[in-house]
Parts: sequence; C-alpha cells; structure tokens
Amino acid sequence: MMIPTKDYWDSQYAADALPKLLDGLKLTVQISLLGFALAAVLGLLVAVVRRSKIPVISHLFSFYVLFIRGTPLLVQAIFVYFVLPKLPGVGVSLSLFWAGVVVMGVNYSAYCAEVYRAGIEDLPAGQWEAATALSLPRATTWGRVVLPQAIRSVIPILGNYLVQMFKDSAVLLGIGVVELLNSANIYGQDSYRFVEPMVMAGLLYLIVSIPASLAFRVMERRLAVNA
Amino acid sequence: MSALWDYRSLLLDGLWLTVQVFVVGLALAVVVAFVLGIAGLSDHRWVRWPVSVWVEFWRGTSMLVQMFVLFYVLPFFGLEFTPFVCAVLALGLNEGAYASEIVRGTISARAKGQNEAGIALGMSKALRMRRILIPQSIPAMLPPFGNVAVDTLKNTSLVSLVTVGELTYQTQQVWKTEGHTVAIFTALLVMYFVLAMIVAGIMWLLERRFAVDRVDRRFASRFLRTSAGPGF
Repeated sequence: MMIPTKDYWDSQYAADALPKLLDGLKLTVQISLLGFALAAVLGLLVAVVRRSKIPVISHLFSFYVLFIRGTPLLVQAIFVYFVLPKLPGVGVSLSLFWAGVVVMGVNYSAYCAEVYRAGIEDLPAGQWEAATALSLPRATTWGRVVLPQAIRSVIPILGNYLVQMFKDSAVLLGIGVVELLNSANIYGQDSYRFVEPMVMAGLLYLIVSIPASLAFRVMERRLAVNA
Repeated sequence: MSALWDYRSLLLDGLWLTVQVFVVGLALAVVVAFVLGIAGLSDHRWVRWPVSVWVEFWRGTSMLVQMFVLFYVLPFFGLEFTPFVCAVLALGLNEGAYASEIVRGTISARAKGQNEAGIALGMSKALRMRRILIPQSIPAMLPPFGNVAVDTLKNTSLVSLVTVGELTYQTQQVWKTEGHTVAIFTALLVMYFVLAMIVAGIMWLLERRFAVDRVDRRFASRFLRTSAGPGF
C-alpha cells in the first residue's frame, strides 16, 4: 500500500488502485449479467402467470410485483443474505456472490415483468383472435405467436434495465460484496484517502454505462416496429 | 417481537429521520428537476449541452457512488458536510437529474398551438412558460413523478451506509445487539412497503386533484343527472 503524498490528486496512488478496482468491476459485471439473466426469465414467468384466469394466482403475482417494487434494494439484500438462512423450513445459505445475483435478479424481475406485460398488452387483439381461429393450443399461442412478438418489442427497454442493474449493484456493498464501489472503499480505508479510488470508481461506472446506454438507444431505434 | 417493542423509541427515531431525509431530498429533487428541465429547453446550445452532460453524469453513476464521493472526496477539497447533508444532496441531485427528463419531456410534448397562441398574444417566453406550458404539463408530470417519489423513499435506505441513523441503520443496530434476524428484517421490509404505499396513495390523490378532465367530468355527471334523471 502506497501512502499518497500529493495534496489533491496523486496519480501514482490512483494507478496503484486500478488493479483492485478492475477486480471489483469484473465482479460487478458478472453479478449484473447473471442477475439480468435471472430477472429476464423470472420476469417473463411472472408476466405470463399474472394473466392467469384464476384470481388467487394473478393477485398473488400482482402483489409480488407491488411488494418488490415498494421495498428498497438494500433491505432486500439484507433480507436474502441474513434472513433466508435463518428462516424456519427454508434455511438456504447463499454465498455473497450468489446472494448478490439472487437479490438483483429477484428485484429486477418485478420491473421486467411490468415491461413484458406492456409488451404483451400492446399486441393487437387480432393476433390472439387469429390464434383462436386457427384453434392453436394455448401453449403454442404463447410460444409461437405472442411471446416472440412481445419480447422483440421490449428488448431495448430490458437493455436499459441491464445498465441500471450495473449501477445499482453498488448497493451490494451493504452486505459486504466486494464489487466496484466496495473495492474502492476498502482500498481507501487503508490510507484514509478516498479521493483517487472513489473518483476512479465513478469514472469506471461511467465508462461502462454511458456507451452501453447509447448502444441500447440505437437498438431501440433499429428494433422499433414502425421503423 | 419483544425486541421490536423494547427498542421502539430507537426505531421510531429512525423512522422519523427516514421521513425527514425523504421530504428534504424529494423537495430538492423537484427544484433541481424544474431548473434543469427548463434549462434543457433553452434555445442556446451553450446552456443545453452542459445541462445534458450534467444529467448524464448523475444518471450514469449510482446514487451510492455519488453519496460516497460527496462524503469521502469533498472533505479533501475543504468541503465537509454532515452525513445528513451528504445524503440529502446525493438523493436530491440524483433523483432531480432523472426527474428533469420528465419535466423537459412533458413540457416539450405540449401541443404546439398552445405555445403559438401565447406568441400571438405577445407573451414573453418566460411568461408563456409560467402561465401556459408549465401549468398544462403538471397533470402529465404527476404519474412519472409518483415513480420518482417512491424511488426516493426507497433510496433513503442507502443513506444508512454513510452512517445516517435512519430506519435501516437503526434496525441493523438493534439486530446487532439483539439478534431476532427473521422478525426484525421482516418488520423492516413491511415498514418500507407501508411507507411506499402511503407515498403512492398521496401521489394518486394529487393526480386526481390535478387531472385535466376533473372539471369536465364533474360537469358532465351533473349534466347527465339533471337531464336524464336518476335512472340514467
């Protein structure tokens, strides 16, 4: 550990911090990608089951979305990491990494479910009617008619959630995951000097998130139905 | 459960601080949103560009990073804030940047004729903004502002990480001394959920209060009642 000597900005100290920060960035990216995969699948499931004709089931899943969206990510992370192992009858003990993935995935599944719902409801009624007219089975209607069209139109919006998830995973610092922000925090604590690691961490977030959101903006334009 | 009751004053202090952070942060966010949103509509690119860089900066990094920078980095430049001020600043500036897009978007979506009518009447740009464009945009702004409000409430939990003793922080303190993992964190989740529902309810009332067709609807129902009789 190098002790910084310059007053405002010590480039050597900043350069020394970089390998640790890149480790943190790697973990952040891994958690975001895995969490996003989980959210995309779970969200689709929630969105489809929410259209169930059985009121108890559809209400239950509506409440799931409402509850997840109404409680803070940090508190959910604390819940998954500290409470799940103690919960009678559950007792699932997750490593920090997988707790992070599960929290991000479950949290964003509620948002993804709303996006899918919008995509499904946007579909012209004629598509459903055509499937009925052809007397397609329910599973085929969903799998071959509805979902391929609905998912295509919502992919760019889901992409923005991936970028947001990348930034939000900083919250996992609260349960001790050494992601990007936490690696900057830990690095700074050794010398009580946070200027360089924090600023570098902020820049790393920007370097990844700005090109990514620009890419999804372009994709949105390309995939637009009326393009 | 008894632990919750024994520590009720501590938890209520946390709850009260959460409400304070939320109200001050949201108020700051609304002010920032209007300032940035209207500046983003300026005719001068030297105003517009810095505004969009500023907005992208706050939207491109997470609020937690921003708060940590305010908390750990600024003191080196002689700017030292209390944790509460750091928290409120990060919350207000971050949510304000998001909300400024709402303000900019809804104002620029006003029907063109409304602005042109103002020009025809010889109103200045500031006057058109104040008397025509902003008042007409409020109903369209409120539903997305509801999302911002609930988001702000949830993000208040993050300020526990710079040792502001709000609800999440106090709950963790009680947990560290008392245990009762399941009960205490379930209670925490439920408390945030109830708060979020209250905030969403208030936003819903505001939406109804400012709805465009509110007057028309009331007039219509009275009209229908008198003309078609009670059986209508």
